[in-house]
Amino acid sequence: MADPVAGADRPDAPDRDTLLAMFEIQSRIKSCDERFRSMLTSGQIQLIYYSPRGQECISAGWGVHLRPDDQVVTIYRGLHDHLAKGVPLRELWAEFLGRATGTCKGKGGPMHITHPESGLMVTTGIVGAGIPIATGFGLAAQLDGSDRVCVVNFGDGASNIGAFHEGLNLAAVWNLPVVFVCQNNLYGEHTPYRMVTGVDHISDRAAGYGMAGVTVDGNDPVATWKVMGEAIARARAGEGPTLVEARTYRFWGHLMGDAMEYMDKDERKAAMAADPVLRYREWLLANGHATEEQLAEVEQTVLAAIDDAVEFAMNSPYPDASELYTDVYATVPGGAQS
Amino acid sequence: MTDTAAPEIPVLMTGLAINQALDIAMTIDPKVIMLGEDIAEPSGGVYKVTKGLSTKHGAHRVRKTPISEQAIVGAAIGAAIAGYRPIAEIMIMDFLAVCLDQVSNHAGKIRYMSGGQTTVPMVIRTSAGAGRGFGAQHSEMLEAWAVHTPGIKVVVPSTPADAKGLLLSSIFDDDPVLFVEQMMLYWNPAVAGPVPPGDVRIPLGVADVKREGSDVTIVSYGRQVHDCLAVAAKLADEGVSCEVVDLRTLVPLDEATVLASVAKTKRAVIVHEAVQVCGFGAELSSRIHEELFGELAGPVRRVGGANTPVPYASNLEADFIPQQADIEAAVRRTLG
Repeated sequence: MADPVAGADRPDAPDRDTLLAMFEIQSRIKSCDERFRSMLTSGQIQLIYYSPRGQECISAGWGVHLRPDDQVVTIYRGLHDHLAKGVPLRELWAEFLGRATGTCKGKGGPMHITHPESGLMVTTGIVGAGIPIATGFGLAAQLDGSDRVCVVNFGDGASNIGAFHEGLNLAAVWNLPVVFVCQNNLYGEHTPYRMVTGVDHISDRAAGYGMAGVTVDGNDPVATWKVMGEAIARARAGEGPTLVEARTYRFWGHLMGDAMEYMDKDERKAAMAADPVLRYREWLLANGHATEEQLAEVEQTVLAAIDDAVEFAMNSPYPDASELYTDVYATVPGGAQS
Repeated sequence: MTDTAAPEIPVLMTGLAINQALDIAMTIDPKVIMLGEDIAEPSGGVYKVTKGLSTKHGAHRVRKTPISEQAIVGAAIGAAIAGYRPIAEIMIMDFLAVCLDQVSNHAGKIRYMSGGQTTVPMVIRTSAGAGRGFGAQHSEMLEAWAVHTPGIKVVVPSTPADAKGLLLSSIFDDDPVLFVEQMMLYWNPAVAGPVPPGDVRIPLGVADVKREGSDVTIVSYGRQVHDCLAVAAKLADEGVSCEVVDLRTLVPLDEATVLASVAKTKRAVIVHEAVQVCGFGAELSSRIHEELFGELAGPVRRVGGANTPVPYASNLEADFIPQQADIEAAVRRTLG
């Protein structure tokens, strides 16, 4: 695996603005996650929480390639994807805390973040279920004659569910502008993916659908940026879908409170020691892509925005009781009951 | 049909009425698309209901899919959120079982989960029902599953005119609609009927009193409405006056029409083909009892399918399906 720190500068690296944009997204994810975990641990908030820590580089890698009109679908471990697509912090935090000011008025919660204004179209709590839906976004783009693309994110576990097979096949036969991003964090819930998956590389399955497939070190921001860029460009040009497997590691288990007995302690220690966000920071500095002041400023700005978002969310009201019955249907005829 | 001089409303079979609705919707709105197995030419659907549509509107809009029900419904959901009005065809209603996650967890919940930001204006058309010797996995009526899933509208037409008018309303409704087409109705000339030409819509949530009466209310939907009408005609000869209410849509439910009818007759029998246990009749019976308990002359009775898988042998299959004799017996029992 390429190490962005050890290898000094990288001839394949993007321009400085892109490098910094990726750093900003990573910082936003890392700091948001740290704040959620500290507030959960201290008992200030209570919610079901799936930490994306360790997987920041993947979302940042596609995030900087996407246009506002591109669309993203993700899963319950989706905070990093929400942030990479630009879901605003205030509304995101408020939704995680179930407040009326949240993206979904507090009715969706962390597993169902939706913010069409940012292009974050669906967050599903059902493993693999976003994959067929993403083909629908791709189909709409194709029928519109638009060159917008849909990036759908899922884990290694999703590659073993039927929806994966049906969705990838349909995208291939219809040549849809969809990028399938398998964030392989090595565990599906409490089970190592090697125990339940018959191939070493999930991207090998792409061949079975007649689509392009590639595995990338998802902790290498430059390599990930490059692979995502190629896949997105392919989709945008009408040349069809790609299955990208981005190898990574989740630092905090399946969900907050997970005792992580099924994870190898040394493996986890090593992964956390090679924290991809910190490594990237060092690499940017070591190769003169940014100064310490620049990066510190990004981090401070992010922290201030999170402070603001937390305050906004904590001071926001819960949804009105009447909201229980709204938004079930778009239209209910007068006089008739549902 | 294009002969404007013809004063009479054409009489069509249900399959053709549905085909007309699809054709009209695709003609007036380029955002209407169709996805399903075998729906394009040359087959035009396994029941020929989509015949000619891919030739007229293009294979890019009438899209033949792999045998992938999750992908069919999932793709329809994504396209619907992105501004299309997809019509997903699930060839046989029993196959809903292999895509129920997309139907229930996604089509039905996405609007609510998003706080109303995204909506899913799609129709799932599906053929259903017993009577053709297809056995246990190609014969079920599963509408109660969808009624039990908030967020999905449920339509079960009985006549060609209702099928056309309700389908047009379903396609242009902003919510996901499960549109149940009973196979036995498609090309049965005995239940052909007048179908107004053009874009004539019937609103969802409005029941139709198919026959007025004063002694007992028979509430039904779908194919069994015709059996109820036959029983009502027979009993009329004996001086028993049956009112037959065709619900047409289960969600939204026109409860007011049902309650007004039962308040008048004081007696009700609910008839559907689906398995009686936990069928829609159980919900409706409960609602009638809750609202009209003191006014009823007797308990509401239900006539539904046997609590079994649908059997293959023709005699057993007939025993599974509520027959006119069963409806008649229930009405007589209600009359006491």
